[in-house]
Amino acid sequence: MPKFQFHPCGNFKESYFKELTIFETDFGRLWLLIGLALLFGIIPFVSGPYTLYILNTVGIYAISAIGLNLLIGYTGQISLGHGAFFGVGAYAAAILATKAGFPFWAAVPAGGIMTAVVGIVFGLPSARLKHLYLLIATLAGQFIIEYVLVQWDSLTGGAEGIVVTNTSLFGLDLGNDRTFFYVIFVCFVGLTWMAVNLIRTRYGRAFIAIRDNDKAAEGMGIPIFPYKLLAFAISSFYAGFAGALYAYYTMSITPEPFNLWLSIEFIAMIIIGGLGSIPGAVFGAVFIVGLSEILSHVTEYLMNVGVSTSVAITIAPLREFVYGLSIILFIIFEPKGLAEVWRIIRSSFRLWPFSY
Amino acid sequence: MEFFLQLLVNGLSLGFLYALSALGFVMIFKSSSVLNLAHGELLAIGAFMFLALSAWANLPIVLAFALTLAGTFALGFVVERLFLRPLIGESLIEVIMLTLGLGIMFKGLLLFIFGGDIHDYPKFLPEGLSLQLGAIQIPSVNVASFIIGIVFVILFGFFFKYSSQGIYMRSVADNQPAALSLGVHVRRVFALSWAIAFIVAAMSGIILGIINGINVHELSAIGLKVFPVVILGGLDSIGGAILGGVIIGLLETFTGGYISTSLREVIPYIVLILILMVRPYGLFGLVEIERV
Repeated sequence: MPKFQFHPCGNFKESYFKELTIFETDFGRLWLLIGLALLFGIIPFVSGPYTLYILNTVGIYAISAIGLNLLIGYTGQISLGHGAFFGVGAYAAAILATKAGFPFWAAVPAGGIMTAVVGIVFGLPSARLKHLYLLIATLAGQFIIEYVLVQWDSLTGGAEGIVVTNTSLFGLDLGNDRTFFYVIFVCFVGLTWMAVNLIRTRYGRAFIAIRDNDKAAEGMGIPIFPYKLLAFAISSFYAGFAGALYAYYTMSITPEPFNLWLSIEFIAMIIIGGLGSIPGAVFGAVFIVGLSEILSHVTEYLMNVGVSTSVAITIAPLREFVYGLSIILFIIFEPKGLAEVWRIIRSSFRLWPFSY
Repeated sequence: MEFFLQLLVNGLSLGFLYALSALGFVMIFKSSSVLNLAHGELLAIGAFMFLALSAWANLPIVLAFALTLAGTFALGFVVERLFLRPLIGESLIEVIMLTLGLGIMFKGLLLFIFGGDIHDYPKFLPEGLSLQLGAIQIPSVNVASFIIGIVFVILFGFFFKYSSQGIYMRSVADNQPAALSLGVHVRRVFALSWAIAFIVAAMSGIILGIINGINVHELSAIGLKVFPVVILGGLDSIGGAILGGVIIGLLETFTGGYISTSLREVIPYIVLILILMVRPYGLFGLVEIERV
């Protein structure tokens, strides 16, 4: 047990080891434990089915957004194909479960691994391409994957999709929102833990070096291309894993949800949450899912209040408008996203009343 | 043979549309190196502004056209001032994401105002323009759009080559610090390039609307088709955009005609990946060699 520490009022780190610590004081660990106890002990029992549904959606999207943040925020490789990778994971898990009879615990990681392989294939252009060229290449990847999902009838069921059967984990029925909540959030906590620690290893530091200056990174002896591929693989693994959970959660999948719009939503999540921050990806997922729920409630409310259905239908595009506007506002006014807002709030509490 | 000719004509006219819609994109990239993900929505803005002025406000066609061009020009300045200027000097990803956000916002706004249906312009083109080539007929809209397009391409070619503003724009694109030190007002050049890009996009949007009808979803999808076109032609080359557009258009119609109609939508992107692997700077783009 280290000695009981409080936050210092400045930056007094004396070794790299201290710089790398996740929890600066033991209060951090305590808060994390309290948070986990709340998450697993209380929240599933006090929330109704609708809240559980939202939380599950947030959990799934957050896993995928963490993956995208590893790629864009930490490695600096912009990808517009994350939604398609999410779809690949969903289809891989669904096909393995229905056609090969994989059980849940094997199908989900297998979906993630298959997506990682696909991610490596679409990461190959990053050998020669950077920045906007890579962005365009991943955009093309998005369309090609969508096409394959629709056209490869014999495997994916075409436009009709697949109904996932065999949804049980060690005898537990996963059709239940509350059971699934535990599955999603155990995976979420595990994958978040992996991501946070990945960044502290040599791999994570290599990613950051490539993002900050690829020429300098190459000069320091980091083999850039393998590391870029690794970033693509890890990021797609997260997307595929989340997609597989999504497939089991919704029970039936069609190619439609995995379109460019989903990729844009993921990007919106990490921009609004904060590029290059793991909690940021989670904040972003909460924000986007929350925003979309609020907007659909507003629409529904207007429809019920009876302005008239036509008004409600014309209001639906406002959702896109608000998405776009929030991306723009965050980029202009708070480019580091909600994670930075959170940091400022926290430090203002910590430093009160001498906030300088 | 007749089928082949018909496909050829269709492909050429489709390719010409792609080329036209790629022009505004290249314009922005040339002068400010911004990859504009909102290009499809810029096309839609012009097309709908013209629709509102010509069909709903019942203005004469020429007046409506002039007002649309003036309006989009002003809008270009406003958008640049409000959204793009705060980001001058920021990293590439933020600017790209900003254009993505702009695109989504514009799309939502247009859907909110005009809805997702297909609208049509009132007929105003003389019928006498249609051409009959053997068994193949080319409708007058295509002929007219071809003429308008060619005129604009020539005008912009002259603009870039001879006018002082055009030369400023090229100098900024070529070497920003050098242009700055020689007294070019770089910020004004950025603003002007966005305004001009808005005009060009509006004009392309109107022509697309005359031929296919105007629909927000379709026009913003065409905005994404711009990428294969400009990558094939070279991101910063106007001539390349035109040739790239024609090649992609032909490729699409021939794939649709001879291989499969579903492949038609994806083939440009497959080609795009291949080009990116082999020759990322395209046919006429500036070759940048960087060995990392």
